[in-house]
Amino acid sequence: MGSTLIEKIIQHNTGIEKVTPGQIVTVDVDRVMIHDIFIPFAADKFKEMGFTKLWDPDKVVLIYDHMVPAAKVEDSRHFRIGDAFAAEQGMTHVHRTDGICHQLMTEMRYAKPGDIVFGTDSHTTTYGSVGCFSTGIGYTEMAGILGTGKLWIRVPETIRVVIDGKLPDNVMSKDIILRILGDLRADGATYRSLEFTGSAVKEMSVAARTTMSNMAVECGAKCGLFAPDEKTCEYSGVSMEEVSWLYGDEDAEYVKTLTYRAEDLVPVCACPSQVDNIKNISEVEGTPLDQVFIGSCTNGRLEDLATAAKILEGKKVAIRTIVTPASRQIYLDAVKAGYMSTLAKAGCIITTPGCGLCCGRSGGILTDGERVLATNNRNFLGRMGTNKVQIYLGSPASAAASAVTGRITMPEAAVRL
Amino acid sequence: MKEFTGKVWVLGDDIDTDIIIPTEYLALPTIDDMKQYGFYPLRPELPGLIQEGDIIVAGKNFGCGSSREQAPEIIKALKVSCVIAKSYARIFFRNSINNGLLLIENDQIQDAVKEGDTLTVRVGEALVAGDKEYPIASLPDNLMEILNAGGLVRAMQRRNGILKED
Repeated sequence: MGSTLIEKIIQHNTGIEKVTPGQIVTVDVDRVMIHDIFIPFAADKFKEMGFTKLWDPDKVVLIYDHMVPAAKVEDSRHFRIGDAFAAEQGMTHVHRTDGICHQLMTEMRYAKPGDIVFGTDSHTTTYGSVGCFSTGIGYTEMAGILGTGKLWIRVPETIRVVIDGKLPDNVMSKDIILRILGDLRADGATYRSLEFTGSAVKEMSVAARTTMSNMAVECGAKCGLFAPDEKTCEYSGVSMEEVSWLYGDEDAEYVKTLTYRAEDLVPVCACPSQVDNIKNISEVEGTPLDQVFIGSCTNGRLEDLATAAKILEGKKVAIRTIVTPASRQIYLDAVKAGYMSTLAKAGCIITTPGCGLCCGRSGGILTDGERVLATNNRNFLGRMGTNKVQIYLGSPASAAASAVTGRITMPEAAVRL
Repeated sequence: MKEFTGKVWVLGDDIDTDIIIPTEYLALPTIDDMKQYGFYPLRPELPGLIQEGDIIVAGKNFGCGSSREQAPEIIKALKVSCVIAKSYARIFFRNSINNGLLLIENDQIQDAVKEGDTLTVRVGEALVAGDKEYPIASLPDNLMEILNAGGLVRAMQRRNGILKED
């Protein structure tokens, strides 16, 4: 019998000829990511465990993003502790203002096809877009890896998601993953791996795939994987020969297969306050909004900004519209392409790359009775302000179209780069 | 065999980590500073009412959402003896074991108890509510090793030879 993509990655890492779901194995970790919000705790636990030296400083990446720029007086404590730990341990991969961790990990090629990567953030599933097995862990487990370079994992079952055909012009990969979440529900893939495939997936950019891997965790998945192709290789700087082993076998055992015809998909949104409360945009069209947010590690990439710019070109936003690129590089690319100037002229508030609004710490917090349409990944109660804020999640195209009218609005065509 | 009895607090499905402890309180210096905000968006009164040894009974997908380890740490700091839910999110499950918080999976007890009832737990064997018993599974060996060591920190201390064996 063949192997699923996650099984192949684990077999490659451990040297075990054939792993089976449910088996517990210990893997050698290729890279880890720690972010600002948890570095003080990871550093503390590392010392408490009796470790003095990192297993390999080159494999450890420290990224400040949740607290950049600092919103509260106590935030800078995290930077001081992180800087001291990095200096003491001789770490060179430290990013203090470069963008959101999940964008930087693949953009900077820290996470590559076939790798096993763990991070202290739940959206670490994001690097599945390049065929990397990556998932979130807590800071105590991170401290254990920092000392040993190893972690036990349970080999997950795999759910195969096949999307064939051609997407309608106004449907983005965000709409697809939201539809999948609605079908699987918020716990439908718990402990499992999602493996995305099909002709529509092949047509997608790495950026579009990244949105889907990012949100795989919202149905409980351990990872959301795409087999690498030419686009992945170019993005990750590897050759096709190096990744030729990275695909799920036809005769592998999949616990379930979901099949979608791309032509049937429509723009959707997650309604308050669960990620799996999915409705077609047409069902909630006209709902008045107070704010729109376009950005985050889910949808703050160049084609997302290109889509927003195309829809907002020559128009004015009717409500507060906050735009947050996912990284400094994307920011610069968007400036060069003229998107930033279009968005600024339309009245958008453009912020520095970071997690601020998505995690409810800064940059557009909302209050009782307000509604926001946002392109990030969670609409949990109280996440972007008080517990009486209504958060809708949608694509950058839906968000931009709604910014113009001040109401939830059916989008026109998205831009595919 | 470990056995204990506690008062039940009932929560629903999909209790996420933003509910257990909202992001805005994560930068507070210690878990003790944070614990007063436990369950704040949903049940702000809970930290003041939960007594040592109480039990949380919840629905499916408990602990979904972020990787914040403060979530199980806060439940432990509130001196809750265990959580019984229909299912758990993956990261929360690992974090709880690593911090020595006992999690029990059961999908029947939710219909058998209401808030304020008392419930007896026989670890690895059964839940007892009134005159009815509900069987529960024990955890895999590798997880029991971490729990028995008192969490991952102590397991690593033992590995590194800095823990004096009792």
